[in-house]
Amino acid sequence: MTDFLLLAFVFLIAGVVAVPIATRLGLGSVLGYLIAGIVISPLLAGLGVDVIAIQHFAEFGVVMMLFLVGLELEPKMLWSMRNRLLGLGGLQVVGTTALVMVIGLAFGLYWTIALAVGLVLALSSTAIVLQTLGEKGLMKTEGGQSSFSVLLFQDIAVIPMLAFIPLLAMPELMDLGGEAALHAPDAHTEASGHAGDHSGAHGAHGAEDPHGDSHGASLSLVEGLPAWAAGLVTIGAVGAVILGGIYLTRPLFRFIAMAGLRELFVAAALMFVIGIALLMTLVGLSPALGTFLAGVVLANSEYRHELESNVDPFRGLLLGLFFITVGAGIDFDLLFGQFGTIIALTLGLILLKTGVLLALTMLFGIKGQDRWLFGLGLAQAGEFGFVLLSFTVANQVIPPALADQLLLVVALSMLLTPALFILFEKGIAPRFVASQERDADDIEEAGEVIIAGHGRFGGVVNRMLRAAGHATTVLDYSAGHLDMLRSFGFKVFYGDATRPDLLHAAGIEKARLLIVAIDGKEQINALVHYVRSNFPHVKIIARAVDRQHVYDLFAMGCDEIIRETFDSSVRTGRSAFELLGMHPFDAELVSRKFAEDDRYILKEMALVHDPKIPTSENQAYIEKSRTLMAEREAQIFGKSKAFDLDTDRGWRPPSEQDVQSITRDHEAS
Amino acid sequence: MSRIIVYFAHPGQKFSRANLAMAKAAQRLADVTFVDLYAEYPRHDIDVEKEQARLLAHDIIVFQFPLYWYSTPSLVKEWQDLVLQHGFAYGHGGDRLAGKTLLVATTAGGSEEAYTPEGYQHFPLRRFLTPLEQTARLCKMTFAPPVVLYSALKAHEDREIAAHAAAYAGLLSALRAGAAALPEDTGETVLTTADLETLLPALQKAHPDD
Ligand SMILES: Cc1cc2nc3c(=O)[nH]c(=O)nc-3n(C[C@H](O)[C@H](O)[C@H](O)COP(=O)(O)O)c2cc1C
Repeated sequence: MTDFLLLAFVFLIAGVVAVPIATRLGLGSVLGYLIAGIVISPLLAGLGVDVIAIQHFAEFGVVMMLFLVGLELEPKMLWSMRNRLLGLGGLQVVGTTALVMVIGLAFGLYWTIALAVGLVLALSSTAIVLQTLGEKGLMKTEGGQSSFSVLLFQDIAVIPMLAFIPLLAMPELMDLGGEAALHAPDAHTEASGHAGDHSGAHGAHGAEDPHGDSHGASLSLVEGLPAWAAGLVTIGAVGAVILGGIYLTRPLFRFIAMAGLRELFVAAALMFVIGIALLMTLVGLSPALGTFLAGVVLANSEYRHELESNVDPFRGLLLGLFFITVGAGIDFDLLFGQFGTIIALTLGLILLKTGVLLALTMLFGIKGQDRWLFGLGLAQAGEFGFVLLSFTVANQVIPPALADQLLLVVALSMLLTPALFILFEKGIAPRFVASQERDADDIEEAGEVIIAGHGRFGGVVNRMLRAAGHATTVLDYSAGHLDMLRSFGFKVFYGDATRPDLLHAAGIEKARLLIVAIDGKEQINALVHYVRSNFPHVKIIARAVDRQHVYDLFAMGCDEIIRETFDSSVRTGRSAFELLGMHPFDAELVSRKFAEDDRYILKEMALVHDPKIPTSENQAYIEKSRTLMAEREAQIFGKSKAFDLDTDRGWRPPSEQDVQSITRDHEAS
Repeated sequence: MSRIIVYFAHPGQKFSRANLAMAKAAQRLADVTFVDLYAEYPRHDIDVEKEQARLLAHDIIVFQFPLYWYSTPSLVKEWQDLVLQHGFAYGHGGDRLAGKTLLVATTAGGSEEAYTPEGYQHFPLRRFLTPLEQTARLCKMTFAPPVVLYSALKAHEDREIAAHAAAYAGLLSALRAGAAALPEDTGETVLTTADLETLLPALQKAHPDD
């Protein structure tokens, strides 16, 4: 227990200290985590911690991240990306593998080894790149989308690679190289562990979970089945994820939402993601691919934002942990032992990958700053490289000595990625300012108005805005409501609008306007206060439940304050006038006058209102309300007809005196 | 038999004596459509489709209003702006009102003498109705000589106003019955109470069955 607490504490403190500093310095969170990992690596070594084991666990963050990416991507969008996915992704993997292989051959590697090295290094780091793109708001740019296509292709390509690599086995080449003494001891353990686990899994579905089944998850639904049956089971599992996502999630989430317990929803979201990952692992598919698909299926769901905000913290923590382990896993003995070679290999790799990527941009017409974002962003090797490396060693494809060097190259290339992003941001992007502005516009299109609360009130507002062609994002906490609304084709999302994470997921940063139509003074105030202080650019229209509340909202800096029932009350009064025989136009003028007078009273009272003093003790307030009431009571009981007098002014004809005076003036002139 | 619609426009009806009396008299006539514009559109939200249909369903369009600042009350202007659309009332394919008659019935605070070059209103009252006259022409409508009550503020309710209202109603019912044409409009003519009273017997004789 103490061990666990100590370990958790070390990791957490490393992250909590390093990341804010790195962000403040403009280096991005990834570099912060990596450096934190390097800093604590001696400590971890001292404690005898199995960093690699933790890394395998933390890789689950990648699975969650792909789920979240999927949630952002509607099926339509994915389909429209298909050319890019296969073309860009395929050519990147094939091109990089081939080039690395040629260079390997030139250095005298046997072809099987050279090919395996090519496959390992062709992959990039989904974790680092997506995290950084998201953090810097570059995900929606053309460069970001292209990068994402390639990463997705790579994640899928890992599966056939894992099936293919065992075919390259060359046991007789394995004791190549004399530096066996330099190998890190746990790399060996790891390698032999793999050998044990996978020796029996070399068939068509020898592909296994790249994310951590090396720790004993040897269960499989397809092992031992004939190829056709295994194929059917696999297709069935993918089908189950898609159909389940479409048909089962909504009733399930609604059922859970009925309980009204927030943590239940978190548990359900985690259960969902882990369940899919498990299913995919059992049939030998990539769990990242499975959760990604599930995410895409749910991209249109009203629970999307809620799922996003529930899974996101776990993704963040796990990826942070993953980056720390990458930093902590760097073998400094080996690095300093072969400093020149390792650095040269790392830089060479980055140059080569960038070269291939830039060549692809020309082929696919990616221009301007997007070209460089794509070229520099994907230049590293990635976490799947780690997985493939231990797998190749276990299958006797790459000799351990070489694998250790490569492990270091992969880690260093990841460590340098934040630097490449900084180079992009500081050195390259500023030269393409014009195209950057255009990109910003694109992002703004989505959900410029957020409507919190879609009851009878918010619903009307939403219909009006939609009718005028505005993109709205609606948040509501009543599951019953949502079904009905969705059947009308509205875009509504389930969740408590007062929660910052949900607001964030709904895109409050990019919104132009927030309309607060939820119930409850406290909730309204909390929401307005949070948004006003964190996103000053967002205009706020809020609904006040009573007069006192108007003052509160006014003090908080609401742009427009609408009294909940005022307008409908005035209309009721107007209808009463009409039915009592008043001319409709007079009824209109009188009710306008009344509303104006009431607003005047409100303003007068707001001036003497003091939020720090309870109204019952505010002498000025009481005094003012007495005078104003006295004036109006005279109208009401003394029949002084104050409103009438005012409305009369406009249409009262001139008197005989006026006409005489005009005539006199005329005769005088 | 002509189909008549009276558009009555008065925003301050609780002060009205002349127009209210005229409106009441018009309202009493059978087979005359009567519209209180300010009651129907208190928020100026004119229903264009409905108004155009109304125009098509009538032959004589009457606008009855007090003269405010040498013009109509604002809702009448709004009504014109919205209802007399091109393609309907004028312009390409816009001859749906062709052949109909536009009759203006207005009351003025100023006296008949005031509406002369020597008077304090300086211009004859007809001059201020020019926009309506030209509107009728553009819409291929006949502009009838307008009915006018001068000195409407001084007029006595039981005498001048009652007489004018009766004459006004008499004119409407004669027109409804399909009376011989109104006197040709010279561009200067107005029909005062006295003019109407001399005209009516002839008009009514044309249709003794009324
Ligand atoms: C706002 C306003 C403007 C007026 N402008 C004029 C005018 O330009 N010329 C005129 O002769 N009388 C003018 N008057 C007097 C009205 O024409 C007069 O009050 C009306 O014709 C009386 O009819 P009623 O009893 O139906 O209200 C005006 C009256 C008001 C209230």
